[in-house]
Amino acid sequence: MEMPKPSDGVLAKRAGIIARLREVLPDDAVIEDRVELKAYECDALSAYRCPPLCAVLPASTEEVSAVLRICHAEGVPVVPRGSGTSLAGGAMPTADSVVLGVMRLTEVLEVDYANRFIRVEAGRTNLSVTGAVEADGFFYAPDPSSQLACAIAGNIAMNSGGAHCLKYGVTTNNLMGVTMVLADGEVIEVGGAHLDAEGLDLLGLICGSEGQLGVVTEATLRILAKPEGARPVLVGFDSNVVAGACVSDIIKSGILPVAIEFMDRPCIEATEAFTGAGYPDCEALLIIEVEGSEAEIADQLSKIVAIAARHDPVEIRESASAEESRLIWLGRKSAFGAMGQKGDYICLDGTIPVSELPHVLSQIGELSQAYGLGVGNVFHAGDGNMHPLIIYNANKDGDLAKAEAMGADILRLCVEVGGCLTGEHGVGIEKRDLMDVQYAPDDLEVQMAVKDVFDPAWILNPAKVFPLGASAGRRGV
Amino acid sequence: MRVSSESELVEAIAGATGPLRIVGGGTRDVGRPVVGEVLEVGLSGVELYEPGSLTLIVKAGTPVAEVSALLAGEQQRLAFEPMDYSGVMRSTGASTIGGVVAANASGPRRIQAGAVRDFTLGTRFVDGAGRVVKNGGRVMKNVTGYDLVKLMAGSWGTLGVLSEVSLKVQPIPEAQVTLVRPVESLAEAVGFMSAALGSPFDVTGAATTEAFEVAIRLEGSAFSVDYRAKELLGGVLAGFERVEGAGSAAIWDNITRLAPFVGNAQDLWRVSLKPGDAPSFHEAVRGIAGDCLFDWGGGLIWLGVNGVTTAEAAQTIRAALAPLGGHATLIRASTADRQAVPGFQPQAPRVAALSRAIKQKFDPRGILNPGLMDH
Repeated sequence: MEMPKPSDGVLAKRAGIIARLREVLPDDAVIEDRVELKAYECDALSAYRCPPLCAVLPASTEEVSAVLRICHAEGVPVVPRGSGTSLAGGAMPTADSVVLGVMRLTEVLEVDYANRFIRVEAGRTNLSVTGAVEADGFFYAPDPSSQLACAIAGNIAMNSGGAHCLKYGVTTNNLMGVTMVLADGEVIEVGGAHLDAEGLDLLGLICGSEGQLGVVTEATLRILAKPEGARPVLVGFDSNVVAGACVSDIIKSGILPVAIEFMDRPCIEATEAFTGAGYPDCEALLIIEVEGSEAEIADQLSKIVAIAARHDPVEIRESASAEESRLIWLGRKSAFGAMGQKGDYICLDGTIPVSELPHVLSQIGELSQAYGLGVGNVFHAGDGNMHPLIIYNANKDGDLAKAEAMGADILRLCVEVGGCLTGEHGVGIEKRDLMDVQYAPDDLEVQMAVKDVFDPAWILNPAKVFPLGASAGRRGV
Repeated sequence: MRVSSESELVEAIAGATGPLRIVGGGTRDVGRPVVGEVLEVGLSGVELYEPGSLTLIVKAGTPVAEVSALLAGEQQRLAFEPMDYSGVMRSTGASTIGGVVAANASGPRRIQAGAVRDFTLGTRFVDGAGRVVKNGGRVMKNVTGYDLVKLMAGSWGTLGVLSEVSLKVQPIPEAQVTLVRPVESLAEAVGFMSAALGSPFDVTGAATTEAFEVAIRLEGSAFSVDYRAKELLGGVLAGFERVEGAGSAAIWDNITRLAPFVGNAQDLWRVSLKPGDAPSFHEAVRGIAGDCLFDWGGGLIWLGVNGVTTAEAAQTIRAALAPLGGHATLIRASTADRQAVPGFQPQAPRVAALSRAIKQKFDPRGILNPGLMDH
């Protein structure tokens, strides 16, 4: 992955920059030791690494502001970092950058059940937001798989989704307001405990901007009352095409499941070997979860089972207990780990129209043959957000490049059928140079013009999102 | 000037020599009056409708009524329940889908389902330089690049003129019921609405009329609606009565048409605030309040104004909001008053500067609805 050449001028004044940062931060909040910096050299896209100039861990909005004022004045790139779980390289540094980690900003600032929101510092983890309200029967809906570790700041930067967003929406649909520090250090408030923007919807623009428009330090999030219960049904099919058709029929029927998850044979076999969840021997399976009271769940599941029965299922397994639910979800939740047993993998994130599922799955199968690399498909079928896992061998010369080329072909296919490059992981560095597959030059120009407004000097996460060639002039190279 | 294709729209904007007043169906004359040549967006028609994917792509000038009829044929609908301003605006025009998106005009179901901006999956628009720009797409999860779709929703034609929108649609549920009860005060009403919205029973509407009649809506399968109604009636909504089917629908239809304000001439304000602040806000503006409608659990107040000038009302309303947070937009007033009084909530200086700078990037010549939103 090509990254810009670090600025010699910035590298030369490293000591001076660190000294200035030390003036505004406590001793333990500035990390410059080469060994300690290893923790910040990559995120979950660990194939790519680069130690930063230094890392800082501010503990308040004021400290974030002080750091940005200095970096802005010194012309130093800043790479904001939540918990470093990005799969797209969103938090990967360059050698001339300061990594700004928000993991010390973890406080709950306000919980308001009557008005159904929580205000938190943005370094707080996703799951611990729900943790702060669940004893009172509430939850925060977006649930990315990394929710135990990932920070709200990163969720906002990437507009993260999760398995349950079919019903509850993604981060942008559950975000009510932010406190954000701009590139020059000024602090702004956008949104709040009320709904919708008073002028232009800057909140909608900020969410999903991958840390390029500002550093979010506080967030107001919508919380919801927990449903009374939830239960899944597992349905096995003898072809991907039929499973895809079943998804479409369920959605069209008017039932709104909270999740419809899809796994194909390679994934089913890998998870069986790994977890022994007891999945049926079939080409494709769906896990469909519904919520409500016991009686409502039974009512919805009976309708889903009736629809599934019209598609010649190999097996229909309706959960009748918490233990059965756990087993049904066990394989799905272990799928990425299970595929990891087969080798190294890259995980794609393209989204396609649900109607294109059968076509795209068969095309991916053909690409797999052509490249000679195994692929497993496990994804959120209800909203067409695919996660093909391409298996390769990191120790074999050229294998990663081959897997990436195949990944690029799959993403081009997603765009071709009316979908997009990334549904919930973000562009980062990973899909940066494919952006012109989805967008024409003017489409990208207008997006970059938005960054010009918020960060005229392009110091915030500058080498991300936009193809390096397209952003070169703005990044001053 | 009326354009009926995207290429005509490009020509009209690229060739414009002065300000353009962008019009869809002409049913939402809100904000500072724009003096300029009328540009009527006549692009109409369905590009793609896939009921099994809950996806609709439609040209921006397509009337909402046409869209709704098409969707109803497949037992589907627009989940955000678009607000119909034509009655209060005394307009004979047909509201367009582009107008709904440009105004982010969400109705009562916004509190549960989401706003227009949440259901807009993609847009094509022509910016002030005459460039065709697309953003988003037709799929439900898309984080590829910046989300200009949200920015365009609610930008009132000041950043670009929408030519096409792609929407996520929703199945029409089998049944609905509204639980109603008159109460003594707004505080009591907000208490009931909060309790219902804070329950696990998936309330899709929570509104209160002028005379404090609280209405709580449930939608879903007949079985589920009945179950949830019973749970609420036996719990936090004790003493409420059931209004079924058509009677229930009429209650919410009146709200989306802003029925209390049709046929009178009061200035009309739209105030968004934290629901729990509604009673204290209402108290603070009591001296100028005409008719009122409280939607979104109290978080959206439609406030008619009596007996004071628009400028005085603006001052009272915004002073009352200042300690609470939230925002007030002037929806209906005379042209002269809309000229004199900023219709949109004044913003903090840096936020206002960002908005102005965005406007400048999208519309460098300042020709698209200039001044309408005060940026």
